[in-house]
Amino acid sequence: MTIQKRTREQIVEKVAQDIPTSSFVNLGIGLPTRVAGYLKPEQDIILHSENGVLGFSALTNPEQADDDLINAGKELVSMLDGGSFMNSADSFDIMRGGHLDFCIMGAFQVAVNGDLANWHTGALDAVPAVGGAMDLAVGARCVYVCMEHVTKNGEPRIVEELTYPITGKNCVDRIYTDLCIIELKANQAWVVEMVDGLSFEELQQQTGCKLLDGRSTEKLKVSV
Amino acid sequence: MNKITQDIETVLKQIPDGAHIMTSGFGLAGQPIELIEALIDIGPKDLTIINNNAASGDRGLTNLLLSGLVKKMICSFPRANNSKVFEELYKAGKVELELVPQGNLACRIQAAGAGLGAIFTPTGFGTKIAEGKETRHINGKDYVLEYPIHADYALIYGKQADQWGNLTYRKAARNFGPLMAKAAKITIAQVHEIVELGDLDPEIIVTPGIFVQHVVKVGDIK
Repeated sequence: MTIQKRTREQIVEKVAQDIPTSSFVNLGIGLPTRVAGYLKPEQDIILHSENGVLGFSALTNPEQADDDLINAGKELVSMLDGGSFMNSADSFDIMRGGHLDFCIMGAFQVAVNGDLANWHTGALDAVPAVGGAMDLAVGARCVYVCMEHVTKNGEPRIVEELTYPITGKNCVDRIYTDLCIIELKANQAWVVEMVDGLSFEELQQQTGCKLLDGRSTEKLKVSV
Repeated sequence: MNKITQDIETVLKQIPDGAHIMTSGFGLAGQPIELIEALIDIGPKDLTIINNNAASGDRGLTNLLLSGLVKKMICSFPRANNSKVFEELYKAGKVELELVPQGNLACRIQAAGAGLGAIFTPTGFGTKIAEGKETRHINGKDYVLEYPIHADYALIYGKQADQWGNLTYRKAARNFGPLMAKAAKITIAQVHEIVELGDLDPEIIVTPGIFVQHVVKVGDIK
């Protein structure tokens, strides 16, 4: 059987399904933004965006598009009934102050201890850009990462120790990749789900740290 | 008291070479594009610009960067999908960059407006951003000492203003405006609409006029 890799859309769909109902959630720019498209109304999720918007959805009516109403990825959005605006200091108080339940971010690398690298490749000629990533890393109660399991060159992105500049220490709780879902707990990486057609040994080969098999144990739950 | 001006050129001409200028906005949302473009025509040099982003699209800050008047950008996210202008200037060594995580940018600007000497923030601890900075362990958590960011001028974007300089904002265009208004010595607000004193319900005024020195209606910026 060939490996049934998840597409990028399937990765974010999976993340969306796993967010507990009635959570406050911040979606990072890039792939995580697309989680919004898979949230169901009955999940009762309230989205926060770093630019000072709480309680919004993807643009529902293009006729109501407004250049002053965007998300962190600078995409046009719509307000929900109950939504609110705030200045940037209040917006980051939501994160740093520990009021946000979940944050979904992309990453270059994640270490087994939960260290996150997603702001700088370290390349000398790169223009560094951090945005709100470091604030989300320290502030959100729970950080989920979604990314491809390996780099374009086949190098593992889930590693023993970061080689890219760090964004935040010990902050990542879960990783969703095209191959599996990994839960990080107490410096251990537990595989809680894998795609079909992939053996545990094959997954281990594509991972830079030791994996533990958490599939048969009772599903690990992240406490919020 | 009347802070409304029809002659913004005279106000902007007071901005000296080497000034530190805050500009509100998250990308183009809330960016005082018309004020920035009026500033380009006046042409003060060696500016330090404090803004969340750098170039976005083909207006406002992008044109200011292209004008060569900017020596340094202090921002959190200088990359943009819709402009390579900053990237090219930075790689050519024509503009300096001080990268500040966005929440630190917000609270350092807020600290300036609040008259605080410094803040301890958990954001950036253990990263390159905190290299060489003082840290402290407080109640089991690690913090980095960060200093306020002040400015000579703030150019901000509001929805409505009255002659006292009271401001309301529009949607997500509020972002850094209320913080910058307090942190700069002189704040100039461009607004969509000027209303009579008393027309703004005191409950909905976001920036009280004490933080604003000049107000100009967008249509009055030449």
